[in-house]
Amino acid sequence: MLPKIASETELRSLLSRLSGVDAVGVEARAAKLATRSIKKSSKMQAIDLAISMVDLTTLEGADTLGRVRSLCTKALRPDPFDSSVPAVAAVCVYPDLVAHARSVLGDSSVAVASVATAFPSGRASLAVKLLDVREAVASGADEIDMVIDRGAFLSGRLGQVFDEIVAVKAACGSAHLKVILETGELVTYDNVRRASWLAMLGGADFIKTSTGKVAVAATTPVALIMLEAVRDFAEATGEVIGVKVAGGIRTAKDAIRYLVLVNETVGSAWLTPQRFRFGASSLLNDLLMQRLKQQRGAYVRADEFSGD
Amino acid sequence: MSKKRLEVRKTYKLLINGAFPRSESGRTYEVKTAKGAYWANIAQGSKKDVREAVYAARVAQPKWWAASAYNRGQVIYRLAEMAESRRDELTEHVQVAEGLKTKEAQAVVARSIDRIVWYAGWTDKITQVFGGANPVAGPFFNFSMPVPSGVIAVIAPQDSSLEGFVDAVLAPVTVGNSVVVLASERRPTPALLLGEMTATSDFPGGVFNIVTGITSELASTLATHEDVDGLDLEGAGAQAGELAVAGAATIKRVLRPAASDDSSLRRLRAFVETSTVWHTVGQ
Repeated sequence: MLPKIASETELRSLLSRLSGVDAVGVEARAAKLATRSIKKSSKMQAIDLAISMVDLTTLEGADTLGRVRSLCTKALRPDPFDSSVPAVAAVCVYPDLVAHARSVLGDSSVAVASVATAFPSGRASLAVKLLDVREAVASGADEIDMVIDRGAFLSGRLGQVFDEIVAVKAACGSAHLKVILETGELVTYDNVRRASWLAMLGGADFIKTSTGKVAVAATTPVALIMLEAVRDFAEATGEVIGVKVAGGIRTAKDAIRYLVLVNETVGSAWLTPQRFRFGASSLLNDLLMQRLKQQRGAYVRADEFSGD
Repeated sequence: MSKKRLEVRKTYKLLINGAFPRSESGRTYEVKTAKGAYWANIAQGSKKDVREAVYAARVAQPKWWAASAYNRGQVIYRLAEMAESRRDELTEHVQVAEGLKTKEAQAVVARSIDRIVWYAGWTDKITQVFGGANPVAGPFFNFSMPVPSGVIAVIAPQDSSLEGFVDAVLAPVTVGNSVVVLASERRPTPALLLGEMTATSDFPGGVFNIVTGITSELASTLATHEDVDGLDLEGAGAQAGELAVAGAATIKRVLRPAASDDSSLRRLRAFVETSTVWHTVGQ
């Protein structure tokens, strides 16, 4: 059960009771786990699992209906020559393209995720952010990726950040809410831990590392801290929250490192697309390439797969 | 009291993407002089090193081809300048590796450097020689132009450690390809020296990649790699036949070792494709 947060003071005291992050320890543990070797059949399983966890993303100003269509087609059947490759978890687009993505994906298992709340900066009034969310949901989005107000968080207005998350959660209705912490702008690991708890208390279904629009995106130490927060939150409240890592994850090797991190931190129960996601665009092609490499025994050329 | 200076020993490394890493595998092997004495420890490359090298070559190739032919010629000429100033060092290595007399080794190095200059001159002449205007029945111009194949894997000659290496490697680079070279297994040091010189010659990183190691172990990885467009089997020895078959499976251009060097342009011609364009006569 989610604890009730009645006031900013209560929130503040709850967050201040979180212990500080041992930065050296976290980095060492993340680096240590990154050295684990996953080979042969386990690697094949990990690759297929990672494919099923991908939120295939296009968030460019130059996005067109055609591009979204080809992305959706790819999401449904990542490798046109191999039907044993699982579909990805979701397609992630801007709100105005949600309806189009929905129409291409139909009633398939692939969800439509939409960024909202003045993505990526989050610099708009609450009314505008809520409208953004409602429109995305009304167009058929199953999942909403919101950004927190990092300015408010960093200047200590935690109540404002919290209230926004609560309001957005309410506007989502039945849609899943992913809260983007934009860890690259949170400066310290302690802030990442606090922001994770704040988002979870506010009603997030997923906490997500980054928008992919700032220089520092997902890193393994940050993912480790968020996974620990999810684990501790589940222990304290019984609520199961998912984690999405996004930005800068381009290779199958990176993806498998994150899977190891998940398994070792929150356990294998989180190794499912319902609880862990990769937000990425080029990652899928590398996963497909590595999958073919395992099957053929020879290295594959990158242009064997479509760009979008 | 004698002041004996501590020896500054050299670690021979790979050349991948303009950097000099050790083998990812951490392995090394020993090479001997032609007379059988210990000469150096050489990085023993692995499949993963080959993969990294091919990736780097793929990324670098469009940059290299995008440079003007004139500029490519200058860069290759600069390699000759670099080699010229390190002639003595090259001579020593060729002499040790191939068991030559000093005079003979000097001649080999001189010929090798001259060959580099010769290739430098070819960059802006290939289009005229290999390309042309085709006669067509209509108000059009029709041109055929040579364009590079892409990423070329070169199994460098096993015996001719410098002269053969220069010939096999510079030819595909001259026409605009990037290369991944397996240096001679037993005589790799002259090739590695030349590799170091490419790093100071303005080649974009990744145009030249040199992997040292056991040829029989690494050649098949290159031959089966789908992102390699051409394969020069000069130093493949008895393996050449099976490697050519592996290369054919991924539609590579394969250059088999020649019985005799019948044409000086054989190598330049080996790794180009022909691109044909139409253009209307007049405006």
